[in-house]
Amino acid sequence: MGNRVGIVGVGQTHHRSKRSDVNGQEIINEAVSRALAGAELTIEEIDAVVIGNMDHFEGINYVDMWSVDGSGGYMKPIMKVTTGGTTGSTVAAAGYYQAASGLFDTVLAIGWEKNSESDTSAAIATCANPILERETFAGAIGPLAAEYSMYMKKYGATEDDAHLAAVRDHNNGANNPYAHLRKRVTLDDVRNSPMLAYPIRLLDMCPRSDGACAVIYASENKARKITDTPAWVVTTTTRHDYTHFGDLDWTIMQTLEEASKAAYKKAGIKDPLHEFDVMELYLPASSCAVKWMESLGVCGRGEAPELIREGVTDMDGELPVNPSGGVICTNPIGATALIRVAEAALQIMGKADKRQVPDVEKALATGFGGCSWSDVMVLSSSKPR
Amino acid sequence: MERVGIIGVGQTKYEREKRETFGEMVYEVVKKALDDAGITIEDIDNVVTVSNDFWDGRTISCMAVADASGAYGKDTSTVEGDGAFGALYGLMRVLSGAYNNTLVVAHCKGSESYSSAITNAAFDPIYERILGIDAITSSALQAKRYMTKYLLNEEQFAKVSVKNHKNAKNNPFAQLPLDITVDDVLNSRMLSDPIKLLDASPISDGAAAIILSAERQAKEVSQNPVWIKGVGYCSDAYRIGDRDLAEPNSLRRAAKDAYKMASIENPLKEIDVAEVYDAFSYQELLWMEGLNFCRSGEGGKLIDEGVTEMGGELPVNPSGGVISAHPVLVAGLTRIIEAVLQIRGDAEKRQVPNAEIALAHGINGMCGQSHCVWLLGK
Amino acid sequence: MTIYIKNEIDLKRGYKTMNWKEDVKEMVYQGRIKVPYTWTVGEVGSRFFIELRDKKKIWGDKCPRCGTVFVPPRKVCSKCYSNIGEWVEVGTKGTLLTFTVVRYKNNLQSRDAPFAYGIIKLDGADTGLLHLLGEVDLEQINIGMRVEAVFGEDRKGEILDIKYFRPLKEA
Repeated sequence: MGNRVGIVGVGQTHHRSKRSDVNGQEIINEAVSRALAGAELTIEEIDAVVIGNMDHFEGINYVDMWSVDGSGGYMKPIMKVTTGGTTGSTVAAAGYYQAASGLFDTVLAIGWEKNSESDTSAAIATCANPILERETFAGAIGPLAAEYSMYMKKYGATEDDAHLAAVRDHNNGANNPYAHLRKRVTLDDVRNSPMLAYPIRLLDMCPRSDGACAVIYASENKARKITDTPAWVVTTTTRHDYTHFGDLDWTIMQTLEEASKAAYKKAGIKDPLHEFDVMELYLPASSCAVKWMESLGVCGRGEAPELIREGVTDMDGELPVNPSGGVICTNPIGATALIRVAEAALQIMGKADKRQVPDVEKALATGFGGCSWSDVMVLSSSKPR
Repeated sequence: MERVGIIGVGQTKYEREKRETFGEMVYEVVKKALDDAGITIEDIDNVVTVSNDFWDGRTISCMAVADASGAYGKDTSTVEGDGAFGALYGLMRVLSGAYNNTLVVAHCKGSESYSSAITNAAFDPIYERILGIDAITSSALQAKRYMTKYLLNEEQFAKVSVKNHKNAKNNPFAQLPLDITVDDVLNSRMLSDPIKLLDASPISDGAAAIILSAERQAKEVSQNPVWIKGVGYCSDAYRIGDRDLAEPNSLRRAAKDAYKMASIENPLKEIDVAEVYDAFSYQELLWMEGLNFCRSGEGGKLIDEGVTEMGGELPVNPSGGVISAHPVLVAGLTRIIEAVLQIRGDAEKRQVPNAEIALAHGINGMCGQSHCVWLLGK
Repeated sequence: MTIYIKNEIDLKRGYKTMNWKEDVKEMVYQGRIKVPYTWTVGEVGSRFFIELRDKKKIWGDKCPRCGTVFVPPRKVCSKCYSNIGEWVEVGTKGTLLTFTVVRYKNNLQSRDAPFAYGIIKLDGADTGLLHLLGEVDLEQINIGMRVEAVFGEDRKGEILDIKYFRPLKEA
C-alpha cells in the first residue's frame, strides 16, 4: 500500500489585484522560494513538481513546460493538472498522490494565476459547450445568485445571513498579510455595496487576484525529518459531476455533499461540527457560506442561517471558518483551492500567526469550480493509521 | 513498488476530420478498454482524463468529457500534457493505495483547430511568440542542430519515415500507411529546412484509453495483465535557446530512472520492441540516443544498419509511430497501448515475435522538452 | 382478460439505413476564441527591453552560483534556482548555433516565406537567443556563422526592436 503523506511546507505570495512587478514565472518563484525557506529545504531536495492554473487566463499553452524557471522543474519530473476552479485542489490532491505513490519522497505542488493578464469573463465563457451553451452562458455569478434566491425562498434565509458571512470573511482577512482584500467591514458596508446579481452584492463576492501558492508534501520517511509538525493528509475526495448546467439539482450543493460524505467515511468522521477544529472553505460568494454548510453535514437542512447568526463559524466560535479570509478576500483562481489546503495546513502546523485557531488537530479544506464541482481534503496533526 | 498492470486498452482509428465529438470518441475508447478488460464502468474507481484547453478550444476542457469518460460519481482528475504522463499520474494514484482500478483516457482533434497557433502558444509570450515560431519550425531548428553536430544526413531521417509508414500498413488504427521510398521523402515539399512534408507527422483526431489495476485486483479480473516494470519522466529547460537541442538530456534522465526501476542494464539487448514518439523523422534517431540504444550521434547508424526495422535487433515503432498518426496528447498513450499489445501477443500483423519487454515513450513540450518512459513486460 | 398489443417497428422504414450517420451531413460550427492578453514582463525583463529600446544594447545577467550568463536575463537562475543580481552586457555580435529556412506560411509569422529563424549565442552569453535572420542569402547560412543584431528605427521595448541578425561583414 502507499505511503502516508504530510504537508511540511507552505508558501504564498502577497496576493494583489495586479502584480506588475513580476511576470508569471517570477510570481511562481516567489511562492516556491517561501515554501522552501519555511521548510528549510533547497530545490535540489524536491523530487517532483506538479503545477496547475487555468490556461485561458494567461494564454500560455503547456504551462508546466513554460514554468520550469519559476517552478524549479529544471531536470525534474514535472506535470500539469487542471480542472477549472478546482485546479488548486486538484493540484493539492496530485501532490498527495504523487508523494503517496512511493515514487517520490518530496513533491512540490504549485497553484498560480495572473488574472490581471486577461479578461476573466471572456476566458471563463469558453468553458461552455460551444454549440449548445456558449452563446447564452452568463459567467460565474448568475448561477450562484439564482441558487441563493431559491434557498431563501425555501428556508426563509435572508440577504443579511449571507452578508454576515461576508463580514466574517472580510474581517478575518484583515489578519492575513497575504490576503488580497484586507479591510475590515461592517454589516452596513456590505448591505450598501453595489448589487451585482440579486442578492449578491460587491462585498459578498470574490475578487480576482494575481497570486501563487506552493505546498510541499513529504512521504512519511521524510516528513518528520523536515518538520516536527507535519499536517498529515488523511484523505481527499473529488466529485466533478457535470456537463451541462441544466443537469443539476440546485436545491442542494450536490457534489459537496457527496464529496464530504465520502471523505468523512474514509476519515472516520461522524460529527464534523465538533470533530473539526477549523475549516478553510472555497466559498466564491457569501451566499455559499450559508447554504453549503448544510452540505458539509455541519447542520441540518435550512439550519445554516442560525449557524451564521449565532457566530458558530466565527474565530471564537465552535467551528471557525476561513480564518484566512477565504476566497472572498483572495482569488487567484488556479491557486485559490490550493490556498485553502495551505491555510488549513498552517493551522495544524501552528504557523498561522495572527489568524491561528488554538489547538488545531483536524482541519477540512474544500475546493469548488467548473460549475458545481467539489473537492474535499481532510488534514490531521496525527499520522493516519 | 507494488506491481501494477494494464488490464484493458482501447483506441480509435486515427484519421483527419473525424465526425465524432470529443465525448463520442472518449466513450468509444472507454467502452473498448472496459470490454477488453472484461469489467464494467462500476469496477472503475477513479478516472484521469487527458486534454488540453487550447487544442479543444475550451477552458476547463475536462468538462467536455466528464460524463463520457464514466467519471460521474467517481474521483477524477485531469492531466494537461501528453497521455503517457497522464497514465503515469494514473499509476501514482493506484500506487498511493487509494484506488484499485484507474481509467486513463486522452482525446484530441487536431483537425478542429489551427495547430500553428496552438503550438505557437506554447512559446514564451514575451520573447518568442511574436516571431511566429511553431512546432514545425522549432523542430527544424533542432533537426538542423542535430544533423550538423553529429554529421547525420537527410537520407537517414528519410529512412525513418519510409520504415514507419511501411510498418503502418500492418496497423488498422494508423492514419497513414504508405509505400514510399527515400527519394519520395527527399522530393516531398520542404516545410522548413530540413523537414519535408514526409518527414512530418499528420494532423490527426483520435482518442485512447487504458485501465490500470493494482496487482491485488489485476489478477482477479484479467487473464494477462501487462505489468509495469519501470517508469521515469523528466523535463529539460524551457527556452530552446537554453538547451543544446542535439542533446536529449531530459530523456536520458527519464530513461535512466525507468531502466533502474526495471533493472535494465543493456537496453538494446534487453528490450524487445520500442514505441517512441517520432513527431518528425529525425526525432526517432535522436530519441534512440536519449534512450541509450546507442551512443550520442549514432542514431543514424542504427537505422542504416537496419537494427530498428521489423526483424531487426530492436524493432522500433511497429505501429507506424507518431509519424503515421499524431493525435496530440493521445499519441504517448497510444505508444503504451501498442507496447501492451506487443507483450500480450495481440499485435497481429505488427507483432514482434516473443516480445517480453517493451518500451513506450511520450513527449511533452516543444522539441522534446519533457519525456516520459515506460517499460512493460509479462 | 389481458390484451396484448402486437406491433412491429420496422426501423428500416424510419431511416434509410440502420447506420443513420451515413445519411446525415454533419453541421460544422465555426468558432473563434479571441481573448485579449496583457503579459507582465517583470522588472528584469523590463530593464532588458528598455536597454534595447533606448540604447540599442543587449544585456544578460549572470548567476552568482553556477556562473551561467542568461540572455534574455532572468530574475532567477533557470539551472540552480538562485537569485540573480549581476547584469552583463553581451554586445550585439554572436555565433549562429542553429537555423532553419521556413518555406510555408502560418498567419503568425511577421515575414513572408521563405525566411530564416536562428538561435544566436551572443558573445559572452551561455544561452542562445531565438530570433530572425535577415540580409542574408538563404542558401548560404551555416552553423557557426558570425552574426550581428540589426536594430529597428522605431523601437517600442519588445524583442522585435531587434529587426533580425545579419551575417557579420568581416573586413
